[in-house]
Amino acid sequence: MHEWALAEAVIAAVSQIAEKEVLKEVTEVKIKVGELQQIELDILEFALSQLKPPKFKHTKFSIELAKAELKCRVCSYKWFFKKEKMDENAAEAIHFVPEIAHAYIKCPKCGSPDFEIIEGRGVWLESVKGVKQGDG
Amino acid sequence: MVDPRVSIIQERMRGIGRIIAVSSGKGGVGKSLVAATLALTLAKKGFSVGLFDLDFTSPSTHIILGVEGVQPKEEKGIVPPIVHGIKYMSIVYYSGEYVSPLRGADVSNALIELLSITKWGKLDFLVIDMPPGIGDATLDLIRLIKNIEFLIVTTPSQLAFETVRKLISLLKELKISVIGVIENIKMDNSDAIQKQARKLGLEFLEEIPYDPKVEEAIGNTDKLLNTILAKKVEEITEKLWHN
Repeated sequence: MHEWALAEAVIAAVSQIAEKEVLKEVTEVKIKVGELQQIELDILEFALSQLKPPKFKHTKFSIELAKAELKCRVCSYKWFFKKEKMDENAAEAIHFVPEIAHAYIKCPKCGSPDFEIIEGRGVWLESVKGVKQGDG
Repeated sequence: MVDPRVSIIQERMRGIGRIIAVSSGKGGVGKSLVAATLALTLAKKGFSVGLFDLDFTSPSTHIILGVEGVQPKEEKGIVPPIVHGIKYMSIVYYSGEYVSPLRGADVSNALIELLSITKWGKLDFLVIDMPPGIGDATLDLIRLIKNIEFLIVTTPSQLAFETVRKLISLLKELKISVIGVIENIKMDNSDAIQKQARKLGLEFLEEIPYDPKVEEAIGNTDKLLNTILAKKVEEITEKLWHN
């Protein structure tokens, strides 16, 4: 349920952007969610709908899932994170702090824990669209 | 692309009175022992206290406090469990006995994640056990937490103090509040560190003598609170109000 905490962060970030960009209404927010964090998308969506302030009344939140791609820093091998291959407790730990992957995941080719999360770590705002003050 | 997590961190810290980062330029000076004992002492005095172990690659406050069999609760975020009267947060809840080999950017990401999802609620004090050095964790805390204060720990060694001098110089340059300097593991009567700290315009808070009983007290908070270290830390807490 810490999807709620991340939804709060999304709302806070969008509010700050809306204020900075002087938007009277936010129309669309594109969010990218990395598979590594294993976010429950329906909970995130529900939390966003419950937390949104009046300025976001008509905002469309579109959430896109991004595959988590990892690259070994030692042998350069690239692979995708698969939750099904993980122990349940390890998967849950990674859900809370994705960097904990370094404690549980090793490069399938050379066994090193020194890998890079190229894409698909956690929650990112891809774009925020809205109507500026003074516009139509 | 915008990372939304940083936008909520100030909100998460809103209910906290003072945020004290126990820090040093060097490892092995006793930061974790001072941080854990400071949190215990403040809690014993009746304050609501949190302790956050930020030494992600080598956490140790859970060993000092003998933390076992507890996990944070999930309540639209994560709520740290109360251990010995302290709201206690550490990466060990997630890494367990496994080693977590994290590079700088990973440390930064994990730190931002935990700061954005941890719900401390109302606290008089949040004590942070910092990793050694002036790396990502220090720079991120300075960037993300506006009212952070630093409590600096050194040993009598000139090598330790040289790294501390650099940390202090950075904090001064960035106009970050420094509560003062503690000289830990003192084994002689030299006042060299005291003089140098004052020369830098800092309050010299206390010297803590080497106390072999501290090692025996690790994992037992009752024993820990009966050490000379704890008595000295209690004296330091009295000085917190002057700053």
